[in-house]
Amino acid sequence: MLVFGVIGIIFVITQGALVWSLIRYRAKGNEITEPPQIYGSNPIELAWTVIPILIVFILFLVTTRTIYSLDMQEPPEGALRVKVTGHQWWWEFEYPDLDFVTAGELHVPKGVPVFLDLRSADVIHSFWVPRLSGKTDCIPNRENHLWFQADEIGTWYGQCAEFCGTQHAKMLIRVISEEESEFEAWVANQKLDAPQVPTPLNGKEMFLSLACVNCHNVNGIMMQGGFAPNLTHLMSRDTIASGAAENTPENLKKWLRDPNSIKDECRMPNMMLTETQIDSLVEFLTTLK
Amino acid sequence: MTSQPNSIAVPKMLPHGHVGMMSVITTEIFFFATLIVVYLAYLGKSISGPTPEELLSIGLASINTVALLASSVTIILALKALRASNQKKFLTWLLVTVALGAWFLVGTAIEWTGLVGDAHFTLQTNLFGSTFYTLVGFHAFHVTFGVCALSFIWFCGFMGWVQKKHHQNIEYVSWYWHFVDTVWIAVFLVVYVIGR
Amino acid sequence: MIDKPYSPRSSKLHEWVTTADHKKLGVMYIVCGIIYLIVAGCEALMIRWQLAVPENDVLSAETYNAFFTMHGTTMIFLVGMPILLGAANYFIPLMIGARDMAFPRLNAFGFWLFFFGGLLLYFSFLGGQGLSGEEGAPDVGWFAYAPLTSTTFSPGSSTDYWIISLFVAGMGSIMTAINLVTTILTMRCKGMTLMKMPIFAWMMLVDAILILIALPTLTAIQIMLLLDRQFGAHFFDAQAGADPLIWQHLFWFFGHPEVYILILPGFAFVSEVTPVFSRKVLFGYPLMVIATISIGFIALGVWAHHMFATGLSPTVLAYFSGATFLIGVPTGMKIFNWIATLWGGQIRFATPMLFAVGFIAMFTIGGLTGIMLAVVPMDWQLSDTYFVVGHFHFVLFGGLLFAIFSGFFYWFPKVTGKMLNETLGKWQFWFLFAGFLLTFGPMHFSGFEGMPRRIYTYMPNRGLEFYNMLSSIGAVVQIFGFGLFVVNVLHSLRKGKPAGDDPWDAWTLEWSTTSPPPPWNFATIPSIASRRPLWDTKHPDDPDWKYE
Repeated sequence: MLVFGVIGIIFVITQGALVWSLIRYRAKGNEITEPPQIYGSNPIELAWTVIPILIVFILFLVTTRTIYSLDMQEPPEGALRVKVTGHQWWWEFEYPDLDFVTAGELHVPKGVPVFLDLRSADVIHSFWVPRLSGKTDCIPNRENHLWFQADEIGTWYGQCAEFCGTQHAKMLIRVISEEESEFEAWVANQKLDAPQVPTPLNGKEMFLSLACVNCHNVNGIMMQGGFAPNLTHLMSRDTIASGAAENTPENLKKWLRDPNSIKDECRMPNMMLTETQIDSLVEFLTTLK
Repeated sequence: MTSQPNSIAVPKMLPHGHVGMMSVITTEIFFFATLIVVYLAYLGKSISGPTPEELLSIGLASINTVALLASSVTIILALKALRASNQKKFLTWLLVTVALGAWFLVGTAIEWTGLVGDAHFTLQTNLFGSTFYTLVGFHAFHVTFGVCALSFIWFCGFMGWVQKKHHQNIEYVSWYWHFVDTVWIAVFLVVYVIGR
Repeated sequence: MIDKPYSPRSSKLHEWVTTADHKKLGVMYIVCGIIYLIVAGCEALMIRWQLAVPENDVLSAETYNAFFTMHGTTMIFLVGMPILLGAANYFIPLMIGARDMAFPRLNAFGFWLFFFGGLLLYFSFLGGQGLSGEEGAPDVGWFAYAPLTSTTFSPGSSTDYWIISLFVAGMGSIMTAINLVTTILTMRCKGMTLMKMPIFAWMMLVDAILILIALPTLTAIQIMLLLDRQFGAHFFDAQAGADPLIWQHLFWFFGHPEVYILILPGFAFVSEVTPVFSRKVLFGYPLMVIATISIGFIALGVWAHHMFATGLSPTVLAYFSGATFLIGVPTGMKIFNWIATLWGGQIRFATPMLFAVGFIAMFTIGGLTGIMLAVVPMDWQLSDTYFVVGHFHFVLFGGLLFAIFSGFFYWFPKVTGKMLNETLGKWQFWFLFAGFLLTFGPMHFSGFEGMPRRIYTYMPNRGLEFYNMLSSIGAVVQIFGFGLFVVNVLHSLRKGKPAGDDPWDAWTLEWSTTSPPPPWNFATIPSIASRRPLWDTKHPDDPDWKYE
């Protein structure tokens, strides 16, 4: 905040001096003689060299102190650890201590520090939820860290902040902070395998017979993919396609019909499904609570 | 002009060629600095072999280094002879310089043939391959350019077109040649001494 | 004097294409720069159209990405660079009392490299393939961060167009820089010691040296990227263990000095215009020289402030933050010196002066937001948001472009012998000024609200609609400003008032010769005793050289 004060003062002084001299020293039209020529003044010039150096030095000290005190590399005590992996163009969230994986929406308990391991599966991304913390890049072959703490209940919007290709704009993040008990319940559900619910239209068989399983995992049903979001508890999420659309059966159908209609050039191919296949698949997907 | 003081300073200024050539060399220094920085940054970072220790032999590179360093001396001798209007000596030393430069290139060619042919080590092999061929290759490219320029001067001299009055221009070529040598010392230290 | 040799094919076109005259080359640079300015401006307009409302679909994601990449690349390499090189080309020999540049043919070669580099970049719209293999132009951002540029993620040829065209244009810039350094250091007229050069020449000298140091780094990494893409090397291939941050470090080692390469000529224009229109000598010339050289040095050591969010260690962060604060000091000295030049003068608000004052005011704001970004924790929040977009447009639009217009209105009479229309010029200034504030002011706030850069669309109800709508309206206001400029130039070229040799009652050597200057600039090579030779002639009773 010091910096706002300093900058405010410099702003007022320089713009004030500028405007004042523009008004005060306007040519009056009938002046024919040249004004006195002033070539410079050592004391004045020394003043506006030394004073800024001092200001800059103070800002430097304050910034340095903050940098060291805000060290992001060490997890705070009792932190919840989450491995974040940026993909083109969605976020994978793995809770290593709780042993499950989800995508797009990060649930955290209120008032508990959350420590993130930031990684990338392809190009550089940047994890940023403005109201919770600054941004930190997810870089291939590197692991960065970031921690934040949500002290209120709510949904916090964020998104990728480093240009990562065509759909950079639709690589959204939701952080959902909730009461400890709600979080526990959510965790308990996430840890379960996919619910085995009968599907009259043979949705599960359809899912297994098409190419879906090459990329998408569903715990307890098929685990050979991993390039794409884990779908085990798809219906526990508010959005699909990394926040590009609300998670409704209509949007799921639209998505399956042609993913490009929601997110152009996204990595999920248009599988050219028939309407029957789509209905059957969406029936299956909506059971994944 | 009455408004001028009694004496006007005549600024001492260098010839065009001095400043121009130094500017070229400045910009080249930063080009090679970038290549060397990248080489050092990726040293030991390749996730698959081969490594510099397994492939590079300091013997051949040392002979090359001696040849190139010697050529820096011979070009000075050539210039000195030209300034003394001794055409024959000038042409002889210049020819020795060209020969030493060519020797360096042949040495590099032998090394690369061994690496590509026997060890199947190319630009595509790993990070070491990419950085090695780019750094050494761009240096060799500069040597090639220098050898061509010096050969051209030798040819002109042989035809009797080069006079003492041209010594300044040939000196600029010699600056370039010294620069190429200096870069080689850096490359040699980085690639064959520190990098192994 | 040398007579024009007889040439059977002598035509206007032939004359311009084959010329090695520094003035003709300067004019060609600037004309190209202005044409590209309009092209890149149109790309920016499309960007603002797309972003005017949330979830707009005027442009597809691919087209949008290509447009913002081309907008940035064009503005920097095909607008900023040619205009500054053109101005230096035209005025350095005139200002230092020389007949031409040191290496005229190298000069022509440099121009044509730039010319064909630019054409190649724009040919990509027809010949290139983008990230998705459909669109034409490069779409990986002007900074082209690895590994997005690898063949895996950018399979088409558009990235190759980006590499090769900038490589070619960059070689041209390096050659021109060699020429400028040599000209300034070896061809000054009698009496012109280094400390008696016009401040313009000092700033261009430092500028050219920065080009010599910074551009080869870009050239080198572009070669590496090309080797990666075309010959299977692994410089930026994360699969082979490469570190994507290498590209960022080296790119910004070029990229940050590049910003100063662009803005120093802006300083140079304003430092010439401000004294003439306040009727006062430039305040604190030696300090200006010191500040310029310091900026040159410090500019080489601040690059990683573009990378604060990449997980650098605290020590590195602290160093780059400190260096970035430090570069504010010489920049501040300049701003104070300009204001001190105004102070106590008799200010005439002709169009060049309006733009110069606009420059000082807007550049100061851009500088101050820059100081905010140097505060690392703040940068973690603001980096890669519209706050940064606002910041650097205050520097490069409110700063550089206003300075360019200031210089354009100031020197147009010298180059063409015709005055530009003052009324149109003032209208242009106010339209541009209002449009500029309206476009780029709100960007600071949308950045604070959390709008990242380079997104082709944004979600409704996140507090971004209002600011984006304002920015887009501002862009429309700017159209009028640029339109008036084009009308003014075309009109004045044909029907402008004759300018005479010295319409502004100015003091540097270019005003001592005719407008436009004759082929070899001066009838006799001048000799000078002070930084303002024409002031000495006009005030023989109280000349400058007594005080310097």
